[in-house]
Amino acid sequence: MPEQLVFAMEVILNGLMAGVLYALVALGFVLIYKASGIFNYAQGVMALFAAMTLVGIMNGQVPFAHLINATFGTHVHDFGWTVPALLAILMTMGVMVLLAWAVQRFVMRHLVGQEPIILFMATIGLAYFLEGVADLMWGSEIKTLDVGLPQGINLWIDESTFNIFGYGFFIDNLDIVATVIAALLVAALVAFSQYTKQGRAMRAVADDHQAALSVGISLNFIWIMVWSVAGFVALVAGIMWGTKSGVQFSLSLIALKALPVLMLGGFTSIPGAIVGGLIIGVGEKLFEFAIGPLVGGATENWFAYVLALIFLVFRPQGLFGEKIIERV
Amino acid sequence: MLDNSEGYVTEDGRKIGGVVMEMKNITLRFGGVVAIKDISFDIREGEIRAIIGPNGAGKSSMLNVISGFYVPQEGEVWFHGSKRPPMRPYEVAREGIARTFQNIALFEGMSVLDNVMTGRLNFMKTNIFQQACWKGKAEAEEVENREAVEKIIDFLEIQHIRKTPVSRLPYGLKKRVELARALAAEPRLLLLDEPMAGMNVEEKEDMSRFILDVNDEFGTTIALIEHDMGVVMDLSDRVVVMDYGKKIGDGTPDEVRSNQDVIDAYLGVSHD
Repeated sequence: MPEQLVFAMEVILNGLMAGVLYALVALGFVLIYKASGIFNYAQGVMALFAAMTLVGIMNGQVPFAHLINATFGTHVHDFGWTVPALLAILMTMGVMVLLAWAVQRFVMRHLVGQEPIILFMATIGLAYFLEGVADLMWGSEIKTLDVGLPQGINLWIDESTFNIFGYGFFIDNLDIVATVIAALLVAALVAFSQYTKQGRAMRAVADDHQAALSVGISLNFIWIMVWSVAGFVALVAGIMWGTKSGVQFSLSLIALKALPVLMLGGFTSIPGAIVGGLIIGVGEKLFEFAIGPLVGGATENWFAYVLALIFLVFRPQGLFGEKIIERV
Repeated sequence: MLDNSEGYVTEDGRKIGGVVMEMKNITLRFGGVVAIKDISFDIREGEIRAIIGPNGAGKSSMLNVISGFYVPQEGEVWFHGSKRPPMRPYEVAREGIARTFQNIALFEGMSVLDNVMTGRLNFMKTNIFQQACWKGKAEAEEVENREAVEKIIDFLEIQHIRKTPVSRLPYGLKKRVELARALAAEPRLLLLDEPMAGMNVEEKEDMSRFILDVNDEFGTTIALIEHDMGVVMDLSDRVVVMDYGKKIGDGTPDEVRSNQDVIDAYLGVSHD
């Protein structure tokens, strides 16, 4: 087999894996959008916040240490203990549920019935607020996150591809884990929204508030639930990205990569978020591999956005989005 | 306080029981506008009770007070012998009061079956994990609820559109699906907000038949608002007449028909 083709295969595989991580973030957007019609700009920051909280809890960091020290002249930094990863993840999930409740109680509840653009603006505000709180709570230095996920080259794939092609593929174990987890997450989300009472209620609320009330659904409860689920997806994405590239503030920028993913897949489709993520992942890696050298490289930075732009022109609802039909 | 004692027997021989719901001196204002002014009436077990009146008389407001969408400034709502505290609409629904809307409120993106199934959300008791895994009790529960829903779908003759997304249905069928969803909740009181608005004669006849059948078959107590005088007089056992937020008549269709206030306010200016 020609060397170029083998190379391309490795690139595609790696692209698929990267795409899974994009899809993880995009999923959070789709969930909230489907359930409440809100485009949640803060989804990326929620992933960052979740990752920082997780690291903070695991390392036994005192939250708001700088603030406390500056106010009271003390010198507290650590509790002096470490928390096992699984327990810390559960505690972080608790924090995300609390956050969901706060968002509903203090922001969204007061904006019921407002224009979507106003709700969107509120989530921008939320994003900046959350970023500030994350900074104040846990500090702004880059931290490493290790919850015990396998990392590094997968030797089995390396060896077996070497035996077949005479060239070993480099596939990161973490990417494989991320793929498995993403698949499980999607399966769980689909089961949740299709087969459970709460899922049915969630779809009902997304469709019509009045009708939902008239069959006995509490809007408040459903919205808190939706934000909690989004918080959970953010936590998963935060763990994956945090493990891969360290917990740092640029993590919130990955949310921007989710935008082209959503434009491709459609804002209302869970499978769309997955397929969109994979297309962007593979697309940008392949493009960089094939065309990159001709134009001086660094195409990964803009490829996704150009692709999204093309989609906006020819198929604005995305691949899987609901068809836009206007009746006259 | 409550006159729970004797009921009465209708012309066609149906026995009407004690008071299910009593509205006492209800007043509802929106800023300076008085939508409902000091109105009292009751609804009895098993009866079809109509609220009629010209446009803007406050009929829909009254229905919204009963179903918790509006909270009256004054007055008391009594349901099954106890005074009801101010409730949110979803709490009222859980108390067993189901309703339909004047401008159909269905879940457009869902199938007819799914829509009707939402009416049974409050009958599902198994937890979220059991349901997601479709295990044991959850499956039995789903089957049981599904059976109840299929019975209602059969009853309202909408089997042929069970899997159709609601958004594709014509107006008349949508109204019927909304009725099915309300019935799925096995309501102790069913509120219908203009169930025949915008329908042609044939659809109106169908809907009238369904309302009577529901009352007959399930013994459901029904309160309805309707514009079409002919329909109201044929359907209902007792009628409340409203005009400019005030009650101007209350009684059997015959009594109301011969009430001078009602003739002046409503029938006198009707377009018939």
